[in-house]
Amino acid sequence: MLITCPYCGPRDVSEFTYQGDGNRERPAPASQNLDAWNEYVYDRLNPAGDHNEVWQHSGGCRSHLKVVRNTLTHEISSVVFARGHVPHRSPTKRGSKA
Amino acid sequence: MAERLSPLEPVLRPGSHGQFEDGVGVVLSEVAPGSIVQLAAWPGQEKAVIAAIKKVTGLALPDGGVANGQKAAFGFAPAKFMVMDEAESLSEALTKAVSPETGTVTDLSHGRTAIRISGPKAGWVLAKFFAIDFSLVAFPIGAGRSTVHHDIFAQIQRSAVDQFDVYVFRSFARSFWHALCRASEEVGYEVR
Ligand SMILES: [Zn+2]
Repeated sequence: MLITCPYCGPRDVSEFTYQGDGNRERPAPASQNLDAWNEYVYDRLNPAGDHNEVWQHSGGCRSHLKVVRNTLTHEISSVVFARGHVPHRSPTKRGSKA
Repeated sequence: MAERLSPLEPVLRPGSHGQFEDGVGVVLSEVAPGSIVQLAAWPGQEKAVIAAIKKVTGLALPDGGVANGQKAAFGFAPAKFMVMDEAESLSEALTKAVSPETGTVTDLSHGRTAIRISGPKAGWVLAKFFAIDFSLVAFPIGAGRSTVHHDIFAQIQRSAVDQFDVYVFRSFARSFWHALCRASEEVGYEVR
């Protein structure tokens, strides 16, 4: 699997570290909204298809990256710098509980 | 300035090694520049840092990097640069030229070891370590690359068509040197 870093170009996946689900929105540190914290810590969309992810090019330029990866094919359709990234969940799944 | 001891000193054996009967494929040496300095620009200050590098060293950084024998500079991450000089005073000069509002200057002269690999098989040997494209088209002269061999982080600058300068953490340098010598055996190598 290759990830095309916006700075370094195409690199082997072994140079990157997975930083987690890119759909999560961390509540404000002082927030006492337990549903929001529960959603942040536990709820995952787990899609079969395109998935928003955060990766770091830890074995390269060390940039944090916002990646869209297809969980069925590993095809990567988008890589941009994560700086300024605002996470967004699918409206249909937002806040839903299993 | 404190006297610098090379971590390669106990293992650097000048002469020809490996299968050199049909010629030497690569030449390995330690560059030991007087200064190795890292600069990082705050957001929006990249041009100001590039201008400061130009003012202090005379090196222009339009296309990723430049190397002229005495001095070298290249970008290794967004808004981050490595600058080298044979002289030892580079860090002081850059610190004066880059204000704290513009960015940071970190003297790594004692923290990195610069290993030069040159010769017709230089790209071939390095390709055994690093999963990056060493062709001249993808990796032009002067450009720098940040990559890793297992846990040994490396910043690599192509300083000539068949010459690469590899910057590794000083504490990894001897281990990397051993591996580099082993990888060079099949093409024949000379240590200078
Ligand atoms: Zn990168």
